[in-house]
Amino acid sequence: MGVIYHIGQYFLLMSRVFKKPEKKSMYLHQLVLEIEKLGINSVGIVAIISVFMGGIITLQLTYNMVNPLMPTYIIGLGNRDTLILEFSSTVLSLMLAGKVGSNIASEIGSMRVTEQIDSMEIMGVNSASYLILPKIIAVVFMSPLLFIISVTCGIFGGLITGPLSGVVTVATYTTGITTMFVPFYVYFSIIKTLVFGFLIATIPAYLGFYVQGGALEVGRASTKAVVNTSILILFFDLILTQLLFK
Amino acid sequence: MIEIRNICKSFEGREVLKDISTMFEKGKTNLIIGQSGSGKTVLLKSIVGLIQIEHGEILFDGRDTRLMNFKEQKLLRQEIGMVFQNGALFDSLSVEKNVRFPMDMFTTMTMKEKTSRLNFCLERVNILNSNRLYPAEISGGMRKRVAIARAIALNPKYLFCDEPNSGLDPVTSILIDALIKEITAEFDITTVINTHDMNSVMEIGDRILFISEGQKCWEGNNTQIFNTRNKKLNAFVFASPFSKRFKEIRQMEDDE
Repeated sequence: MGVIYHIGQYFLLMSRVFKKPEKKSMYLHQLVLEIEKLGINSVGIVAIISVFMGGIITLQLTYNMVNPLMPTYIIGLGNRDTLILEFSSTVLSLMLAGKVGSNIASEIGSMRVTEQIDSMEIMGVNSASYLILPKIIAVVFMSPLLFIISVTCGIFGGLITGPLSGVVTVATYTTGITTMFVPFYVYFSIIKTLVFGFLIATIPAYLGFYVQGGALEVGRASTKAVVNTSILILFFDLILTQLLFK
Repeated sequence: MIEIRNICKSFEGREVLKDISTMFEKGKTNLIIGQSGSGKTVLLKSIVGLIQIEHGEILFDGRDTRLMNFKEQKLLRQEIGMVFQNGALFDSLSVEKNVRFPMDMFTTMTMKEKTSRLNFCLERVNILNSNRLYPAEISGGMRKRVAIARAIALNPKYLFCDEPNSGLDPVTSILIDALIKEITAEFDITTVINTHDMNSVMEIGDRILFISEGQKCWEGNNTQIFNTRNKKLNAFVFASPFSKRFKEIRQMEDDE
C-alpha cells in the first residue's frame, strides 16, 4: 500500500514538474545555476575517483587474470570495458546519488519545512516545476558528460599505474585500450547514465518535496533519498542490461 | 473584502475547523486570535488555498474560489501577499532578489521599473543599505520587514500575515504592527493577521475573530474586547496577572 501510494505521488509530482514554465528566462537562469552546482562541481570528485579506480582495476586485472596463456594487452582492454560498461556509468551514478541526491533532498526539504515552498505557491509559482525541472535537466544533461570524463580519467589512471608498478608497458596498455573496441558499449552506457541521471534528480526531489516536520525529518529524507536512489539505480541497471544486451 | 462561510477541515478524523463563518473587511487589519493549536494557522492557510477545505465557501470580493479554474486561481494568488511566521525568505537569494522575485516571475517590467519598485518597497519597510545581504545575515525583525516588502511588491489586494510578531522583541513587534497597519490603510488592502500577541490585538485590531478548539467563539474590535463577558476570550486575553489587574482597574474606572 505504502509503495503504491508513493509511486502515485511520485507520478503526480512529475506531472506538475513537466508543466509549461511561468517564465522561461527565470527557469533558464535556474538551470545554469543547477548545472554549475550539480554538474560542474562534481567534475573534481568524479575525476579523482576515476583515476584511482582505473589504477585499481589495472592492478586487479594483472594479479587475477593475467597468465602466460593470455596476452598482457588484456589489462588495458579489461580496464577500458570495465570502466565503460559498469564503473563510469553505474558505480559513478551510485556515487552521484550520494553527493547530488542528498544535496537535492536536503535543499528542497529545507525549503519545505521553512515554508519557502508555500510562499512560492502563494505567489502563484508552480514550485514543483521551478525547483525540480532545472535540476532534472541539469543532472540528465551532465551525467553523460561526467561519464565521458570518468572513462577518460579511469583509462589515464591505468596508464599511470600499470607502467609505474611494472605490470604492463605503455605500448601494451595502449594496444589493449584500442583493441576490440565495441562502440555499442558506449551508447549502452550513455543510455544508462541518462536513466540514472533522471532517477538521481527525481527521487530525492520527491522525498524532499513532501517532507514534513523539521531538521530531523530533512536529514532522514536525505538518507532515504540516497538509499532509495541507489537501489533503483541497481534495479534499472539490471533491467537495462537485460533489455539492451538481449 | 474576504468572506468565508461554514468552513470545515479535519485531519485524520480530528476536526480542526468547525463551521467557521466571518468577513474580513477591506482597508482594515483583521485579526484571527486564539490559543496555540486552536486552528488559526489552518484557517489562514485554508483561506489562501494552501490547505484544501472539506466544506464551505471562500469569497475574495465575491469571487468564489471553488468555482475558479486553475488559471483563475493562479491569477488570484498574484493578488495575494503573504508574510509567513519566520519570513520564509529564499535562503539562496539576497534581500534585493527576494523582493524582486515576484516581479521577475510575473511581470514584464523593465529592469529600471523593477529597481524603482524594489527601492520603493524596501524604503517603505525601512530597509536601507541591506540589498546585497542574505536572509541568514539579517536579524529576525529585518527578515519580517523584507517579507512584508516582498509581499507588497506586486501591489496585492489581500495581505495575510501568520504571526508576524513571533520571536521579536516588544519594540520591534510594535514597529511591525504599525507598519502593517500603515500599509493596509495606504494601499487600501484587506489584511488578515494571525496572532496571539496581545499588544497587536490592542493596537491594530480593527476587527478581531477569536477561535477556540476550531470554533468561532467571538467577533468584535479592540474596544469591545475589554468589555466582553465571553469567558473563553477573557481567559485567553487576560491570562497574565498583569493583564488581569489591568482589566480590573479599567472596570473599576468604568464603574466610577
